[in-house]
Amino acid sequence: AARIAAAPSPYSTEAAPNTLEEITSYNNFYEFGWDKGDPKAHAGALTTDPWSVEIGGLVEKPGSYDLADVLKTAAPEERIYRFRCVEAWAMVIPWIGFPLAALLNRVGVQPGAKYVAFETLLRPSEMPGQRGPGIDWPYVEGLRLDEAMHPLTILASGLYGEELPKQNGAPLRLVVPWKYGFKSIKSLVKITLTEREPRTTWNDLQPREYGFYANVNPAVDHPRWSQASERRIGAGLFAARQPTLPFNGYGDQVASLYAGMDLRANY
Amino acid sequence: MIARLNATLRRLPPGAVYLLGLLPLAWIVWLTLSGGIGVDPVKGIEHRLGKVGLWFLAGGLTITPLLRLTRLNLIRYRRAIGLLAFFYIALHLVAWVWLDMGLLWRQAASDLVKRPYLVLGISAFALLIPLALTSNDASVRRLRAGWRRLHRLVYPAVLLGVAHYLWQMKVISPEGWTWAAAVAALLALRFPGLIRPSRG
Repeated sequence: AARIAAAPSPYSTEAAPNTLEEITSYNNFYEFGWDKGDPKAHAGALTTDPWSVEIGGLVEKPGSYDLADVLKTAAPEERIYRFRCVEAWAMVIPWIGFPLAALLNRVGVQPGAKYVAFETLLRPSEMPGQRGPGIDWPYVEGLRLDEAMHPLTILASGLYGEELPKQNGAPLRLVVPWKYGFKSIKSLVKITLTEREPRTTWNDLQPREYGFYANVNPAVDHPRWSQASERRIGAGLFAARQPTLPFNGYGDQVASLYAGMDLRANY
Repeated sequence: MIARLNATLRRLPPGAVYLLGLLPLAWIVWLTLSGGIGVDPVKGIEHRLGKVGLWFLAGGLTITPLLRLTRLNLIRYRRAIGLLAFFYIALHLVAWVWLDMGLLWRQAASDLVKRPYLVLGISAFALLIPLALTSNDASVRRLRAGWRRLHRLVYPAVLLGVAHYLWQMKVISPEGWTWAAAVAALLALRFPGLIRPSRG
């Protein structure tokens, strides 16, 4: 894959990133199977070129945007972010991407828009998990407009200086570092600005366990496990669990988005 | 064919089954040392130990139906298989407390009482303790008919174990449903009249 020249970003964490091997062999990408090793094993067959993203709903310039065109929206930056899975494990990942806000500003958000809905590719012929039962495909996610416009929210197309590996959501994925990983939808094909809160896949499946907001929050447990601490992947067999930080450590930047909200009710 | 197999098996002492039963553990140790366990060795070890325990539990439940339906006689290996199941499930528990929870006893304890799937798993283990303790000839003699009744606890234990396995998944996978169906079938075979009119 071609090297991507990316500028460093003040939003990057100082923490040491996980290895490429760790980041690319331990994935939840149910379109390619149930096991964390399945995406690496089965994503190779995915066609990511040609690729386009359909942008619609309450925008000024709706249409189908070619991937190369989308990537021209803003200069790529390296964003080294903490990543916290709802399953209570964590990594640090050097993404390459640009703010989603830049794309939304480019297509023009209409005044009535309050939410952004996202959709993953639906292609059962190349995504074996979509041929099986369990999840109503395609995978869908959503953000409130202010969350989507936040400078930490990026569209990533690279990792470790190169194009995004397929198992990590190539060719284009969302990354929202203060939310549980399932919000950061992969292999993005559709962005729709809406007035109403869009439905989201995990909330549809288990509304008691996965809320729309899904902000990392050590004080609100998953019904089946505690979110107070996490295991850092790569830390070794006998490493201690590390405490989970509110908003995954991004509270200074994003806590104000939720001022006055009951985060226990809006989990 | 079955008679020949039974004759061959007479030369395999139960002690060999204990040794063979340690192969999965050796395999897990090898994977861990060689790095083949994956980038998350904690979950890799923990889940593999639990799964091996489930295999032995279910394996123990196949012995009676095999004898009844095919006349293949593995009865004298049943104790070894049951004790191996207990051994792996105990290791699975140790892996959870030590490797996964990192000996955070308070978080582990509060998780244990709050999380139904952990309650199911620990209950299954608790049910197996008296069975492991009475897996010796002296107990069989002393408890007489009570021994057989006591050892029927393995039925609820395996049900709880499978429920524990399914419940920890975010969405139940096809493999999970296969396990549920297999264990349901093995337990259904226990009820006389369901498969064929015999007792036991």
